[in-house]
Amino acid sequence: MQVTGTVLTTRRVDAYHALTVVAPGIAERYRPGHFVSVAAGGAGTSMVTRRALSIHDVKSDYGGTVELVFTVRGPGTAWLAERRARDTLDLVGPLGRPFPLPRDPVHCVLVGAEYGSAVLFPLADALLERGCRVDFVLGAASADRVFGAMRARRMAETTTLTTEDGSLGVRGRVTDALPSVIADTHADAVYACGPMESLRAVTAVAMEFDIPVQVAVEEAMACGIGVCMTCVLPVIGDDGVTRMVRACAEGPVFRGERVRFEDVGTIPFDALGAPGGGARHAG
Amino acid sequence: MSVDMRTFLAHVELANPVTTAAGCAASGRELAQFFDLHRLGALTTRSITMAPRAGRPTPRMAETPSGMLNAVGLQGPGIDAFLERELPWLAQRGIKTIVSIGGGTVAEYSELARRLADAPGVTALEVNLSCPNMEDRGRVFAREGSAAAEVIASVRSIMRYDVPVVAKLAPDVADIVAVARASVDAGADALSMINNPLGMAIDTETLRPSLAAVTGGLSGPAVLPLAVRCVWQVHAALPGVPIVGVGGVMTGQDAFQLILAGACAVGVGTALFHDPYACLRIERELEDLLRARGFQRLADAVGLAHRPPGSAPRHLLVDSEESTP
Repeated sequence: MQVTGTVLTTRRVDAYHALTVVAPGIAERYRPGHFVSVAAGGAGTSMVTRRALSIHDVKSDYGGTVELVFTVRGPGTAWLAERRARDTLDLVGPLGRPFPLPRDPVHCVLVGAEYGSAVLFPLADALLERGCRVDFVLGAASADRVFGAMRARRMAETTTLTTEDGSLGVRGRVTDALPSVIADTHADAVYACGPMESLRAVTAVAMEFDIPVQVAVEEAMACGIGVCMTCVLPVIGDDGVTRMVRACAEGPVFRGERVRFEDVGTIPFDALGAPGGGARHAG
Repeated sequence: MSVDMRTFLAHVELANPVTTAAGCAASGRELAQFFDLHRLGALTTRSITMAPRAGRPTPRMAETPSGMLNAVGLQGPGIDAFLERELPWLAQRGIKTIVSIGGGTVAEYSELARRLADAPGVTALEVNLSCPNMEDRGRVFAREGSAAAEVIASVRSIMRYDVPVVAKLAPDVADIVAVARASVDAGADALSMINNPLGMAIDTETLRPSLAAVTGGLSGPAVLPLAVRCVWQVHAALPGVPIVGVGGVMTGQDAFQLILAGACAVGVGTALFHDPYACLRIERELEDLLRARGFQRLADAVGLAHRPPGSAPRHLLVDSEESTP
C-alpha cells in the first residue's frame, strides 16, 4: 500500500542514516524481511525510480512507525539524508517476501555485512519470541560501517564482530568468523543480509555445515513492486529450472543454495529462456 | 458535471483513455494489489514472444536526468505460458487487454497472431515493431516502412476482423510519418507511439557503460517532447488514424499534451514505477483539466492543437461557471 508518512526522527548511525517515519498501514502489515520503496526528490521530482530501503525497526507508537536505514549512494539517497522531522515521504510497502521462521526453538546465526544487518534485528526479535537462540556475526570494511553492534550485543547470546581493517573485533570478513560460530553454537540455521559477495560466501559456509541458509539480497530496483523487471537474478526453482526472478517480488529473501551467486549479473546459458539456451522450450 | 472520457481505439470503446504502456505492468497481477484494474482504459501486456525469454543481464536499469534507461530484453514467459496463465487471469476478470507481441521474423509475428486469434480476452493486438529483424542484420522492423508493413499486413490478415491491430512505432527513424503511413496502408487500425528511443549512460566510478547491454531504451519525462512531436506529425499526416500516445507521461497535463497533439488514448509507463497509482491519478487530473477548460467530451480535445492560430475552440462551453475547476 502507498502511505504518505511523516518523518518523526532522523539520526546518524555511524556511516549510515536512519529515518523513523509514521506509516501505520505499513507497520501493521510488516514481517521481518519486508522492505519499503520511497520516492526521492519530493513532488515533481526528476528522479523517476523509487529507492528500496531496509526496515530496521517497527514500533506501534503513533499508530505505527518504521525505521529505515540507508547509505548515501547518489542524489536520491542524498535527498533522503536531508529529510528532517515533520517532512513527509511517499512510501510503498511492505514489499517482498519475508523471512520464513522456524516452527521449533532452534539455534540461529544471523550474519550481517555492512548495513545489511539492519533487517536482521526485527528478525532476531521474532526468533527470540519463538524461543530460538540467536547469535550475531556482523562485519564491514571498518568499524564505522558495522551496523548495530550495540543492539546485537543486547539481544544475542553472542555477538562476533569483524572488520577488514581490524579496527573492531576480529580482522577479516564475516565468513572468516562464521564457521567457528556455527560450530560453537551448534547452529541449525543461518540468516544473512548484505552485499552479494558476502551472501555467496555465507551460503558456501552454511552448505559446508549442511544447514539451511536464508539470504536477503540487495539488488538495484526501479519500482519495488514487480513491474519494471530490472532487479532479476538467477535462482533455481523447485523444479530444478533456473529462472531470472525478481528480487522485489519473488525475493528479497531466497534460500541461499538456490541462488546462483556466481552467475549474478549474467544470464546463465541453462536459464529458462536464455538466448539459444537448452531450457528454451521447457515449462 | 463529469466529462465524457470514453474513447475509441479503432472500433473498440474504452471507458477512459489511460492505458498502461507495454512492458510496464508485468502480468497485471502486480498492479492489481494496488487498485482495481477495471479502472484502466485498458491494460497493455508486456511484449509476448514465442519462446520464454530470460532477457538481458543486469544491471538493466540506470536513472538519468528526468528519466531512466532500461535494457530488460523482453523478459517474459513465452506465448504458451501467457495463454495458459496470464491472459486467462485477465480475461476472467473482464479486464480490457491490449496484447503486445514481439518477434524476430515476420513468420514469428504471424505465428503469435495465429495463437492469439482464437484466445478469448484480446481487446486489441499491439505489434512491437522495435524488435531486431533476424532477416535484416538485426535492424529493427520499425526503422523502415517496408519491414513494418510486411509484419503488419501478415498479422492483420491472421487476426480476427474485430480485433484492432495497433502498430507500435519507434522514434529512432528519419521519417516517422513514412513508417506510420506504411503501417496504416498495410492494415494497421491504430498506431501507438513512441517506443523508447535508444540511449546510453556511462558510470564514472567503474568507467564502464552503466548497463550490461551497453545501450538501453530511454523513458520518463525526458522523452515526452519527443512523443508529442511524433504524435503531432503523424496526426497531421493521417488525421483519421487513432493514436495511442506514449512517452514520459507523468501527469494529467502530460497526457493532455498528447491528446491535443492528436492521441485519442494515452499509455503510462515509467510513471508506474514511481507511483503504482499513476494511471488513476493521471486519468483524474486529465478529467479535471478538460472540465476546467470547458470540455464535455474527451473526443473534442483530440488533435485540437492543430487548429489554425486564432481560431476559436468551438467545443468549449459558453457557460462560464462550468469553466471553473
